[in-house]
Amino acid sequence: MSATTWWRRHHDNAGSLLAATPAMLFLAVLYLLPMVLLLAQSLEGRSLVHYEKALTDGLYVRVLVDTLLIAAYVSVACLLMGYPVAYFLSIAPAPWPMIGMIFVLLPFWTSVLVRTYGWMVILGRNGILNRTLLESGLISTPLPLINNTAGVLIGMVHVLLPYMILPLYAVMKRMDRGLLSAAEGMGASGLQVFTRVYFPLTLPGVLAGVTLVYVLSIGFFITPALLGGGKVMMVAVLIEQQVRTFLNWGFAAALSVVLLTATLLVYVGLRKLLRGNVQWT
Amino acid sequence: MDMTPRRIRRGRTVRYALYVWCTLIFVFLMAPLIVVFPISLSSSAYLQFPPPGWSWRWYEAYFTDSTWMDATYRSLNIAFWTTLLTTVMGTMLAFSLVRGKYRGVNILNQVSLMPLVVPVIVYSIAVYSLFAQWQLIGYWQAIVLGHTVHAIPFVVIIVSAALRTFDISQEHAAMSLGASRAMAIWKVTLPQIRPSLVSAAFLAFISSFDELVVAMFLGGSNMTLPKKMFDNIVNEIDPTIAAVSVVQILMVTAVLLIVSKLGAGAAPASHGS
Repeated sequence: MSATTWWRRHHDNAGSLLAATPAMLFLAVLYLLPMVLLLAQSLEGRSLVHYEKALTDGLYVRVLVDTLLIAAYVSVACLLMGYPVAYFLSIAPAPWPMIGMIFVLLPFWTSVLVRTYGWMVILGRNGILNRTLLESGLISTPLPLINNTAGVLIGMVHVLLPYMILPLYAVMKRMDRGLLSAAEGMGASGLQVFTRVYFPLTLPGVLAGVTLVYVLSIGFFITPALLGGGKVMMVAVLIEQQVRTFLNWGFAAALSVVLLTATLLVYVGLRKLLRGNVQWT
Repeated sequence: MDMTPRRIRRGRTVRYALYVWCTLIFVFLMAPLIVVFPISLSSSAYLQFPPPGWSWRWYEAYFTDSTWMDATYRSLNIAFWTTLLTTVMGTMLAFSLVRGKYRGVNILNQVSLMPLVVPVIVYSIAVYSLFAQWQLIGYWQAIVLGHTVHAIPFVVIIVSAALRTFDISQEHAAMSLGASRAMAIWKVTLPQIRPSLVSAAFLAFISSFDELVVAMFLGGSNMTLPKKMFDNIVNEIDPTIAAVSVVQILMVTAVLLIVSKLGAGAAPASHGS
Protein backbone atom coordinates (compact mmCIF):
# COMPACT_ATOMS: atom_id res chain seq x y z
CA MET A 1 0.00 0.00 0.00
CA SER A 2 1.45 3.33 -1.02
CA ALA A 3 1.66 6.15 1.43
CA THR A 4 -0.98 8.20 -0.33
CA THR A 5 -3.63 5.46 -0.37
CA TRP A 6 -2.87 4.74 3.24
CA TRP A 7 -3.33 8.40 4.06
CA ARG A 8 -6.52 8.62 2.06
CA ARG A 9 -8.00 5.55 3.73
CA HIS A 10 -7.07 6.93 7.11
CA HIS A 11 -8.48 10.32 6.23
CA ASP A 12 -11.78 8.78 5.02
CA ASN A 13 -12.10 6.79 8.21
CA ALA A 14 -11.62 9.93 10.24
CA GLY A 15 -14.35 11.57 8.18
CA SER A 16 -16.63 8.59 8.73
CA LEU A 17 -16.09 8.71 12.45
CA LEU A 18 -16.75 12.43 12.46
CA ALA A 19 -20.00 11.95 10.56
CA ALA A 20 -21.18 9.44 13.15
CA THR A 21 -20.31 11.66 16.10
CA PRO A 22 -23.46 13.83 16.44
CA ALA A 23 -25.83 10.86 16.31
CA MET A 24 -23.54 8.81 18.56
CA LEU A 25 -23.39 11.49 21.23
CA PHE A 26 -27.10 12.10 20.91
CA LEU A 27 -27.96 8.43 21.35
CA ALA A 28 -25.45 7.98 24.17
CA VAL A 29 -26.92 10.80 26.26
CA LEU A 30 -30.60 10.54 25.34
CA TYR A 31 -30.92 6.85 24.75
CA LEU A 32 -28.29 4.70 26.45
CA LEU A 33 -28.03 6.85 29.58
CA PRO A 34 -31.77 6.78 30.42
CA MET A 35 -31.90 3.05 29.74
CA VAL A 36 -28.97 2.39 32.08
CA LEU A 37 -30.54 4.59 34.76
CA LEU A 38 -33.80 2.66 34.36
CA LEU A 39 -31.93 -0.57 34.96
CA ALA A 40 -30.37 0.97 38.08
CA GLN A 41 -33.78 2.09 39.25
CA SER A 42 -35.16 -1.44 38.97
CA LEU A 43 -32.44 -2.57 41.37
CA GLU A 44 -33.38 0.10 43.91
CA GLY A 45 -31.87 -0.56 47.32
CA ARG A 46 -29.54 -3.13 45.75
CA SER A 47 -32.19 -5.78 45.94
CA LEU A 48 -34.22 -7.86 43.56
CA VAL A 49 -37.43 -7.25 45.46
CA HIS A 50 -39.15 -5.58 42.49
CA TYR A 51 -38.23 -8.42 40.18
CA GLU A 52 -39.43 -10.91 42.74
CA LYS A 53 -42.78 -9.14 42.84
CA ALA A 54 -43.03 -8.96 39.05
CA LEU A 55 -42.14 -12.59 38.49
CA THR A 56 -43.81 -14.36 41.42
CA ASP A 57 -46.90 -12.36 42.41
CA GLY A 58 -49.80 -14.17 40.72
CA LEU A 59 -51.47 -10.94 39.65
CA TYR A 60 -48.47 -9.68 37.74
CA VAL A 61 -47.41 -13.05 36.37
CA ARG A 62 -50.91 -13.24 34.94
CA VAL A 63 -50.43 -9.90 33.16
CA LEU A 64 -47.11 -11.06 31.71
CA VAL A 65 -48.57 -14.36 30.51
CA ASP A 66 -51.65 -12.63 29.07
CA THR A 67 -49.42 -10.20 27.20
CA LEU A 68 -47.34 -12.99 25.66
CA LEU A 69 -50.52 -14.90 24.77
CA ILE A 70 -52.27 -11.92 23.20
CA ALA A 71 -49.11 -11.19 21.20
CA ALA A 72 -49.09 -14.81 20.00
CA TYR A 73 -52.77 -14.70 18.96
CA VAL A 74 -52.19 -11.43 17.13
CA SER A 75 -49.16 -12.84 15.29
CA VAL A 76 -51.00 -15.98 14.18
CA ALA A 77 -54.06 -13.99 13.10
CA CYS A 78 -51.91 -11.54 11.14
CA LEU A 79 -50.11 -14.39 9.41
CA LEU A 80 -53.32 -16.20 8.42
CA MET A 81 -54.94 -12.99 7.24
CA GLY A 82 -51.88 -11.43 5.64
CA TYR A 83 -50.31 -14.36 3.78
CA PRO A 84 -53.05 -14.68 1.10
CA VAL A 85 -53.19 -10.89 0.74
CA ALA A 86 -49.43 -10.63 0.19
CA TYR A 87 -49.71 -13.46 -2.34
CA PHE A 88 -52.53 -11.68 -4.14
CA LEU A 89 -50.53 -8.44 -4.26
CA SER A 90 -47.52 -10.28 -5.68
CA ILE A 91 -49.37 -12.03 -8.55
CA ALA A 92 -52.52 -10.07 -9.44
CA PRO A 93 -52.56 -8.34 -12.83
CA ALA A 94 -52.38 -4.54 -12.93
CA PRO A 95 -53.93 -2.38 -11.58
CA TRP A 96 -54.97 -4.63 -8.67
CA PRO A 97 -51.62 -4.78 -6.85
CA MET A 98 -51.50 -0.99 -6.76
CA ILE A 99 -55.09 -0.65 -5.56
CA GLY A 100 -54.58 -3.36 -2.97
CA MET A 101 -51.37 -1.71 -1.80
CA ILE A 102 -53.30 1.53 -1.19
CA PHE A 103 -55.71 -0.39 1.06
CA VAL A 104 -52.73 -1.69 3.04
CA LEU A 105 -50.73 1.54 3.18
CA LEU A 106 -53.47 4.04 3.89
CA PRO A 107 -54.33 2.48 7.27
CA PHE A 108 -50.61 1.87 7.89
CA TRP A 109 -49.87 5.59 7.63
CA THR A 110 -52.94 6.68 9.56
CA SER A 111 -52.55 7.44 13.24
CA VAL A 112 -53.21 4.51 15.57
CA LEU A 113 -55.49 6.80 17.59
CA VAL A 114 -57.67 7.50 14.56
CA ARG A 115 -57.92 3.81 13.75
CA THR A 116 -58.67 2.83 17.32
CA TYR A 117 -61.40 5.45 17.44
CA GLY A 118 -62.81 4.03 14.21
CA TRP A 119 -63.01 0.60 15.82
CA MET A 120 -64.82 2.05 18.83
CA VAL A 121 -67.40 3.48 16.41
CA ILE A 122 -67.82 0.09 14.76
CA LEU A 123 -67.61 -2.26 17.74
CA GLY A 124 -69.19 -0.21 20.54
CA ARG A 125 -72.37 -1.26 22.33
CA ASN A 126 -74.24 1.24 20.19
CA GLY A 127 -71.81 0.85 17.33
CA ILE A 128 -72.45 0.20 13.68
CA LEU A 129 -72.00 -3.55 13.89
CA ASN A 130 -74.30 -4.07 16.85
CA ARG A 131 -76.94 -1.74 15.41
CA THR A 132 -76.93 -3.54 12.10
CA LEU A 133 -77.14 -6.96 13.72
CA LEU A 134 -79.90 -5.85 16.12
CA GLU A 135 -81.98 -4.28 13.38
CA SER A 136 -81.65 -7.29 11.15
CA GLY A 137 -82.89 -9.41 14.04
CA LEU A 138 -79.83 -11.67 14.09
CA ILE A 139 -79.17 -10.87 17.74
CA SER A 140 -81.42 -9.58 20.49
CA THR A 141 -78.81 -8.08 22.81
CA PRO A 142 -75.67 -6.18 21.75
CA LEU A 143 -72.56 -8.32 21.47
CA PRO A 144 -69.74 -7.35 23.84
CA LEU A 145 -67.08 -6.47 21.29
CA ILE A 146 -65.33 -3.69 23.15
CA ASN A 147 -63.72 -3.27 26.57
CA ASN A 148 -62.64 -6.90 26.41
CA THR A 149 -59.98 -9.12 24.86
CA ALA A 150 -61.93 -9.46 21.60
CA GLY A 151 -61.83 -5.71 21.05
CA VAL A 152 -58.12 -5.51 21.87
CA LEU A 153 -57.34 -8.37 19.47
CA ILE A 154 -59.34 -6.83 16.62
CA GLY A 155 -57.71 -3.43 17.10
CA MET A 156 -54.18 -4.85 17.39
CA VAL A 157 -54.52 -7.10 14.35
CA HIS A 158 -55.71 -4.11 12.38
CA VAL A 159 -52.73 -1.98 13.41
CA LEU A 160 -50.15 -4.73 12.88
CA LEU A 161 -51.44 -6.48 9.74
CA PRO A 162 -49.49 -4.21 7.35
CA TYR A 163 -46.28 -5.09 9.25
CA MET A 164 -46.96 -8.72 8.28
CA ILE A 165 -48.06 -8.08 4.70
CA LEU A 166 -45.14 -5.87 3.66
CA PRO A 167 -42.22 -8.25 4.39
CA LEU A 168 -44.21 -11.20 2.99
CA TYR A 169 -44.94 -9.24 -0.16
CA ALA A 170 -41.25 -8.33 -0.51
CA VAL A 171 -40.22 -12.00 -0.42
CA MET A 172 -43.02 -13.20 -2.71
CA LYS A 173 -42.36 -10.49 -5.27
CA ARG A 174 -38.71 -11.49 -5.55
CA MET A 175 -39.41 -15.20 -5.86
CA ASP A 176 -38.32 -16.98 -8.99
CA ARG A 177 -41.60 -18.35 -10.27
CA GLY A 178 -39.74 -20.70 -12.60
CA LEU A 179 -39.19 -22.91 -9.57
CA LEU A 180 -42.95 -23.41 -9.25
CA SER A 181 -43.34 -24.37 -12.89
CA ALA A 182 -40.42 -26.75 -12.50
CA ALA A 183 -42.07 -28.47 -9.53
CA GLU A 184 -45.33 -28.69 -11.44
CA GLY A 185 -43.58 -30.00 -14.51
CA MET A 186 -42.13 -32.80 -12.45
CA GLY A 187 -45.59 -33.87 -11.42
CA ALA A 188 -46.18 -32.14 -8.09
CA SER A 189 -49.80 -31.38 -7.26
CA GLY A 190 -50.91 -27.83 -6.48
CA LEU A 191 -50.85 -28.55 -2.78
CA GLN A 192 -47.39 -30.12 -3.00
CA VAL A 193 -46.04 -27.14 -4.90
CA PHE A 194 -47.28 -24.96 -2.10
CA THR A 195 -46.12 -27.01 0.89
CA ARG A 196 -42.81 -28.23 -0.55
CA VAL A 197 -41.68 -25.28 -2.67
CA TYR A 198 -43.64 -22.06 -2.30
CA PHE A 199 -44.13 -21.89 1.43
CA PRO A 200 -40.52 -22.84 2.35
CA LEU A 201 -39.28 -20.16 -0.01
CA THR A 202 -41.42 -17.54 1.73
CA LEU A 203 -40.27 -18.65 5.16
CA PRO A 204 -37.84 -15.74 5.63
CA GLY A 205 -40.73 -13.35 5.05
CA VAL A 206 -42.95 -15.31 7.43
CA LEU A 207 -40.34 -15.21 10.19
CA ALA A 208 -39.62 -11.54 9.57
CA GLY A 209 -43.31 -10.64 9.70
CA VAL A 210 -44.00 -12.75 12.77
CA THR A 211 -40.99 -11.31 14.62
CA LEU A 212 -41.99 -7.78 13.82
CA VAL A 213 -45.63 -8.28 14.80
CA TYR A 214 -44.78 -10.21 17.98
CA VAL A 215 -42.16 -7.73 19.14
CA LEU A 216 -44.47 -4.78 18.53
CA SER A 217 -47.43 -6.59 20.15
CA ILE A 218 -45.83 -7.26 23.51
CA GLY A 219 -45.05 -3.57 23.95
CA PHE A 220 -48.45 -2.33 22.76
CA PHE A 221 -50.04 0.47 24.71
CA ILE A 222 -52.64 2.58 22.86
CA THR A 223 -54.94 -0.16 21.62
CA PRO A 224 -55.22 -2.15 24.87
CA ALA A 225 -55.57 1.10 26.82
CA LEU A 226 -58.49 2.26 24.68
CA LEU A 227 -60.22 -0.89 23.45
CA GLY A 228 -59.53 -2.88 26.61
CA GLY A 229 -61.49 -0.41 28.71
CA GLY A 230 -59.35 -1.10 31.78
CA LYS A 231 -60.36 -4.77 31.75
CA VAL A 232 -57.54 -6.09 29.60
CA MET A 233 -54.21 -5.57 31.27
CA MET A 234 -51.10 -5.78 29.15
CA VAL A 235 -47.58 -5.08 30.44
CA ALA A 236 -47.29 -1.67 28.78
CA VAL A 237 -50.56 -0.50 30.32
CA LEU A 238 -49.47 -1.86 33.70
CA ILE A 239 -46.16 0.00 33.51
CA GLU A 240 -47.88 3.28 32.65
CA GLN A 241 -50.29 2.80 35.55
CA GLN A 242 -47.50 2.01 38.02
CA VAL A 243 -45.65 5.19 37.08
CA ARG A 244 -48.49 7.66 36.64
CA THR A 245 -50.99 6.49 39.19
CA PHE A 246 -48.89 4.87 41.89
CA LEU A 247 -45.51 6.56 41.32
CA ASN A 248 -44.08 3.12 41.88
CA TRP A 249 -40.85 3.75 39.97
CA GLY A 250 -38.79 0.79 41.09
CA PHE A 251 -41.50 -1.70 40.22
CA ALA A 252 -42.30 -0.02 36.88
CA ALA A 253 -38.59 -0.11 36.05
CA ALA A 254 -38.35 -3.82 36.88
CA LEU A 255 -41.41 -4.55 34.72
CA SER A 256 -39.80 -2.55 31.93
CA VAL A 257 -36.61 -4.58 32.15
CA VAL A 258 -38.66 -7.79 32.05
CA LEU A 259 -40.59 -6.55 29.01
CA LEU A 260 -37.40 -5.45 27.31
CA THR A 261 -35.71 -8.79 27.98
CA ALA A 262 -38.66 -10.68 26.54
CA THR A 263 -38.63 -8.45 23.46
CA LEU A 264 -34.90 -8.86 22.91
CA LEU A 265 -35.09 -12.63 23.36
CA VAL A 266 -37.76 -12.89 20.66
CA TYR A 267 -35.86 -10.52 18.42
CA VAL A 268 -32.48 -12.21 18.79
CA GLY A 269 -33.97 -15.71 18.65
CA LEU A 270 -35.81 -15.14 15.41
CA ARG A 271 -32.89 -13.20 14.02
CA LYS A 272 -30.75 -16.31 14.57
CA LEU A 273 -33.36 -18.40 12.77
CA LEU A 274 -33.23 -16.02 9.86
CA ARG A 275 -29.43 -16.16 9.81
CA GLY A 276 -29.43 -12.75 8.26
CA ASN A 277 -31.36 -14.02 5.22
CA VAL A 278 -33.76 -11.17 5.14
CA GLN A 279 -33.65 -7.63 6.33
CA TRP A 280 -37.06 -6.78 7.56
CA THR A 281 -36.42 -3.41 9.05
CA MET B 1 -48.03 -30.57 -17.50
CA ASP B 2 -51.17 -32.09 -16.06
CA MET B 3 -53.95 -29.79 -17.23
CA THR B 4 -57.01 -31.96 -16.73
CA PRO B 5 -60.34 -30.08 -16.47
CA ARG B 6 -60.62 -31.12 -12.84
CA ARG B 7 -57.34 -29.52 -11.98
CA ILE B 8 -58.25 -26.34 -13.83
CA ARG B 9 -61.60 -26.20 -12.04
CA ARG B 10 -59.92 -26.65 -8.67
CA GLY B 11 -57.45 -23.91 -9.55
CA ARG B 12 -60.32 -21.60 -10.33
CA THR B 13 -62.06 -22.33 -7.02
CA VAL B 14 -58.86 -21.61 -5.15
CA ARG B 15 -58.47 -18.35 -7.04
CA TYR B 16 -62.04 -17.23 -6.24
CA ALA B 17 -61.51 -18.13 -2.59
CA LEU B 18 -58.36 -15.99 -2.65
CA TYR B 19 -60.22 -13.02 -4.14
CA VAL B 20 -63.05 -13.26 -1.61
CA TRP B 21 -60.58 -13.52 1.26
CA CYS B 22 -58.57 -10.52 0.09
CA THR B 23 -61.72 -8.45 -0.42
CA LEU B 24 -62.77 -9.21 3.14
CA ILE B 25 -59.35 -8.20 4.48
CA PHE B 26 -59.32 -4.98 2.47
CA VAL B 27 -62.75 -4.15 3.88
CA PHE B 28 -61.41 -4.92 7.37
CA LEU B 29 -58.41 -2.65 6.79
CA MET B 30 -60.43 0.27 5.45
CA ALA B 31 -63.55 0.02 7.65
CA PRO B 32 -62.32 2.01 10.68
CA LEU B 33 -61.05 4.76 8.38
CA ILE B 34 -64.29 5.03 6.44
CA VAL B 35 -66.69 5.07 9.40
CA VAL B 36 -65.26 8.27 10.84
CA PHE B 37 -66.46 10.24 7.79
CA PRO B 38 -70.22 10.00 8.49
CA ILE B 39 -69.65 10.38 12.24
CA SER B 40 -67.67 13.59 11.70
CA LEU B 41 -70.64 15.08 9.82
CA SER B 42 -73.21 14.03 12.40
CA SER B 43 -75.40 16.65 14.03
CA SER B 44 -75.58 14.59 17.20
CA ALA B 45 -73.20 14.99 20.12
CA TYR B 46 -73.47 11.27 20.79
CA LEU B 47 -72.06 8.40 18.89
CA GLN B 48 -75.07 7.53 16.82
CA PHE B 49 -75.31 5.58 13.63
CA PRO B 50 -76.70 6.41 11.18
CA PRO B 51 -76.44 10.08 12.21
CA PRO B 52 -79.81 11.74 12.89
CA GLY B 53 -78.80 14.76 10.78
CA TRP B 54 -75.83 16.36 9.11
CA SER B 55 -73.72 19.34 10.12
CA TRP B 56 -70.22 20.80 9.99
CA ARG B 57 -70.24 21.64 13.68
CA TRP B 58 -67.44 19.24 14.69
CA TYR B 59 -65.15 20.68 12.05
CA GLU B 60 -66.04 24.14 13.32
CA ALA B 61 -65.35 22.97 16.85
CA TYR B 62 -61.92 21.68 15.81
CA PHE B 63 -60.85 24.73 13.84
CA THR B 64 -62.16 27.32 16.31
CA ASP B 65 -61.28 25.70 19.64
CA SER B 66 -57.97 27.15 20.80
CA THR B 67 -56.91 24.05 22.75
CA TRP B 68 -57.32 21.87 19.64
CA MET B 69 -55.48 24.41 17.50
CA ASP B 70 -52.69 24.87 20.05
CA ALA B 71 -52.24 21.12 20.23
CA THR B 72 -52.11 20.90 16.43
CA TYR B 73 -49.52 23.68 16.10
CA ARG B 74 -47.46 22.17 18.90
CA SER B 75 -47.44 18.79 17.18
CA LEU B 76 -46.57 20.27 13.79
CA ASN B 77 -43.74 22.26 15.34
CA ILE B 78 -42.37 19.24 17.21
CA ALA B 79 -42.63 17.08 14.08
CA PHE B 80 -40.81 19.72 12.03
CA TRP B 81 -37.82 19.94 14.39
CA THR B 82 -37.74 16.19 14.85
CA THR B 83 -37.63 15.71 11.08
CA LEU B 84 -34.81 18.22 10.71
CA LEU B 85 -32.67 16.79 13.53
CA THR B 86 -33.33 13.19 12.56
CA THR B 87 -32.71 13.61 8.85
CA VAL B 88 -29.41 15.44 9.33
CA MET B 89 -27.99 13.21 12.07
CA GLY B 90 -29.43 10.00 10.63
CA THR B 91 -28.08 10.67 7.14
CA MET B 92 -24.62 11.44 8.50
CA LEU B 93 -24.73 8.29 10.57
CA ALA B 94 -25.86 6.24 7.58
CA PHE B 95 -22.87 7.48 5.55
CA SER B 96 -20.58 6.53 8.39
CA LEU B 97 -22.12 3.08 8.85
CA VAL B 98 -22.10 2.19 5.17
CA ARG B 99 -18.64 3.51 4.34
CA GLY B 100 -16.72 3.49 7.60
CA LYS B 101 -14.17 0.75 8.12
CA TYR B 102 -13.34 1.64 11.70
CA ARG B 103 -13.56 -0.81 14.55
CA GLY B 104 -16.95 -1.01 16.22
CA VAL B 105 -18.93 -0.05 13.12
CA ASN B 106 -21.12 -3.14 13.49
CA ILE B 107 -21.83 -2.47 17.14
CA LEU B 108 -22.71 1.11 16.29
CA ASN B 109 -25.08 -0.16 13.62
CA GLN B 110 -26.83 -2.38 16.18
CA VAL B 111 -27.04 0.44 18.72
CA SER B 112 -28.54 2.86 16.23
CA LEU B 113 -31.28 0.36 15.33
CA MET B 114 -32.06 -0.57 18.95
CA PRO B 115 -34.77 2.09 19.49
CA LEU B 116 -36.89 0.17 16.98
CA VAL B 117 -36.92 -2.92 19.15
CA VAL B 118 -37.23 -1.29 22.56
CA PRO B 119 -40.93 -0.87 23.42
CA VAL B 120 -41.95 2.78 23.41
CA ILE B 121 -43.35 2.58 26.92
CA VAL B 122 -39.99 1.41 28.28
CA TYR B 123 -38.07 4.21 26.62
CA SER B 124 -40.75 6.71 27.66
CA ILE B 125 -40.49 6.08 31.37
CA ALA B 126 -36.69 5.91 31.17
CA VAL B 127 -36.41 9.31 29.52
CA TYR B 128 -39.22 10.70 31.69
CA SER B 129 -37.27 9.85 34.80
CA LEU B 130 -34.09 11.46 33.43
CA PHE B 131 -35.83 14.60 32.16
CA ALA B 132 -37.66 14.99 35.44
CA GLN B 133 -34.23 15.24 37.14
CA TRP B 134 -33.10 17.75 34.54
CA GLN B 135 -36.39 19.66 34.93
CA LEU B 136 -37.21 19.44 31.25
CA ILE B 137 -40.77 18.12 31.59
CA GLY B 138 -43.32 20.32 29.86
CA TYR B 139 -40.95 21.79 27.27
CA TRP B 140 -41.76 20.97 23.67
CA GLN B 141 -38.03 20.72 23.00
CA ALA B 142 -37.90 17.74 25.35
CA ILE B 143 -40.46 15.95 23.20
CA VAL B 144 -38.38 16.70 20.09
CA LEU B 145 -35.38 14.99 21.71
CA GLY B 146 -37.44 11.92 22.63
CA HIS B 147 -39.01 11.68 19.18
CA THR B 148 -35.65 12.09 17.50
CA VAL B 149 -34.26 9.04 19.31
CA HIS B 150 -37.20 7.03 18.02
CA ALA B 151 -37.02 8.28 14.44
CA ILE B 152 -33.25 7.96 13.86
CA PRO B 153 -33.45 4.22 13.00
CA PHE B 154 -35.95 4.85 10.19
CA VAL B 155 -33.65 7.38 8.55
CA VAL B 156 -30.57 5.19 9.05
CA ILE B 157 -32.28 2.18 7.47
CA ILE B 158 -33.67 4.00 4.46
CA VAL B 159 -30.59 6.11 3.71
CA SER B 160 -28.18 3.17 4.25
CA ALA B 161 -30.18 1.09 1.77
CA ALA B 162 -29.93 3.91 -0.79
CA LEU B 163 -26.18 4.38 -0.20
CA ARG B 164 -25.48 0.67 -0.62
CA THR B 165 -26.91 0.75 -4.13
CA PHE B 166 -25.34 4.09 -5.01
CA ASP B 167 -22.36 3.83 -7.36
CA ILE B 168 -19.56 5.51 -5.43
CA SER B 169 -17.40 5.93 -8.54
CA GLN B 170 -19.59 8.93 -9.45
CA GLU B 171 -18.43 10.59 -6.28
CA HIS B 172 -14.83 9.67 -7.03
CA ALA B 173 -15.21 11.13 -10.51
CA ALA B 174 -16.35 14.44 -9.02
CA MET B 175 -13.38 14.36 -6.65
CA SER B 176 -10.87 13.62 -9.40
CA LEU B 177 -12.26 16.73 -11.11
CA GLY B 178 -11.27 18.73 -8.08
CA ALA B 179 -14.28 18.62 -5.78
CA SER B 180 -13.65 18.03 -2.11
CA ARG B 181 -15.28 14.96 -0.52
CA ALA B 182 -17.89 17.14 1.15
CA MET B 183 -18.65 18.99 -2.07
CA ALA B 184 -18.92 15.73 -4.01
CA ILE B 185 -21.37 14.34 -1.48
CA TRP B 186 -23.42 17.54 -1.46
CA LYS B 187 -23.53 18.02 -5.24
CA VAL B 188 -23.48 14.45 -6.53
CA THR B 189 -24.47 11.87 -3.96
CA LEU B 190 -27.28 13.57 -2.05
CA PRO B 191 -29.25 14.68 -5.14
CA GLN B 192 -29.12 11.11 -6.43
CA ILE B 193 -30.53 9.57 -3.27
CA ARG B 194 -33.16 12.31 -2.88
CA PRO B 195 -36.20 10.00 -3.17
CA SER B 196 -34.90 8.03 -0.19
CA LEU B 197 -34.19 11.20 1.75
CA VAL B 198 -37.76 12.37 1.08
CA SER B 199 -39.17 9.02 2.24
CA ALA B 200 -36.99 9.08 5.34
CA ALA B 201 -38.00 12.64 6.23
CA PHE B 202 -41.66 11.82 5.64
CA LEU B 203 -41.46 8.79 7.89
CA ALA B 204 -39.70 10.79 10.60
CA PHE B 205 -42.35 13.51 10.39
CA ILE B 206 -45.29 11.12 10.63
CA SER B 207 -43.67 9.08 13.41
CA SER B 208 -43.36 12.23 15.51
CA PHE B 209 -46.69 13.78 14.56
CA ASP B 210 -48.60 10.61 15.54
CA GLU B 211 -46.55 9.71 18.60
CA LEU B 212 -48.51 9.55 21.83
CA VAL B 213 -46.61 7.78 24.60
CA VAL B 214 -43.35 9.76 24.75
CA ALA B 215 -45.30 13.03 24.39
CA MET B 216 -47.74 11.98 27.10
CA PHE B 217 -44.91 11.57 29.60
CA LEU B 218 -42.69 14.47 28.57
CA GLY B 219 -45.37 17.02 27.65
CA GLY B 220 -46.67 17.77 31.11
CA SER B 221 -49.72 19.97 30.72
CA ASN B 222 -48.69 21.06 27.22
CA MET B 223 -50.69 18.64 25.16
CA THR B 224 -49.72 17.48 21.71
CA LEU B 225 -52.44 16.59 19.22
CA PRO B 226 -52.29 12.82 19.88
CA LYS B 227 -52.53 13.44 23.65
CA LYS B 228 -55.53 15.71 23.14
CA MET B 229 -57.13 13.06 20.91
CA PHE B 230 -56.39 10.34 23.45
CA ASP B 231 -58.04 12.31 26.25
CA ASN B 232 -60.99 13.09 24.00
CA ILE B 233 -61.49 9.40 23.23
CA VAL B 234 -61.05 8.25 26.82
CA ASN B 235 -63.49 10.80 28.18
CA GLU B 236 -65.90 10.34 25.26
CA ILE B 237 -66.35 14.09 25.04
CA ASP B 238 -67.85 14.61 21.58
CA PRO B 239 -67.32 13.73 17.90
CA THR B 240 -64.73 16.50 17.38
CA ILE B 241 -62.28 13.63 17.37
CA ALA B 242 -64.05 12.27 14.26
CA ALA B 243 -63.52 15.58 12.44
CA VAL B 244 -59.85 15.60 13.50
CA SER B 245 -59.53 12.03 12.26
CA VAL B 246 -60.97 12.90 8.86
CA VAL B 247 -58.58 15.83 8.51
CA GLN B 248 -55.66 13.51 9.33
CA ILE B 249 -56.78 10.79 6.93
CA LEU B 250 -57.11 13.32 4.10
CA MET B 251 -53.70 14.77 4.94
CA VAL B 252 -52.03 11.35 4.92
CA THR B 253 -53.71 10.48 1.62
CA ALA B 254 -52.52 13.72 0.04
CA VAL B 255 -48.95 13.35 1.32
CA LEU B 256 -48.84 9.69 0.26
CA LEU B 257 -49.85 10.69 -3.27
CA ILE B 258 -47.27 13.47 -3.38
CA VAL B 259 -44.46 11.31 -2.05
CA SER B 260 -45.26 8.48 -4.47
CA LYS B 261 -45.22 11.02 -7.31
CA LEU B 262 -41.75 12.17 -6.20
CA GLY B 263 -40.47 8.72 -7.08
CA ALA B 264 -39.40 5.74 -4.96
CA GLY B 265 -42.78 4.96 -3.39
CA ALA B 266 -42.63 6.06 0.19
CA ALA B 267 -43.88 2.95 1.76
CA PRO B 268 -42.10 -0.02 0.24
CA ALA B 269 -38.82 1.89 0.48
CA SER B 270 -39.46 2.60 4.12
CA HIS B 271 -39.47 -1.10 4.71
CA GLY B 272 -36.22 -1.60 2.90
CA SER B 273 -37.61 -4.93 1.68
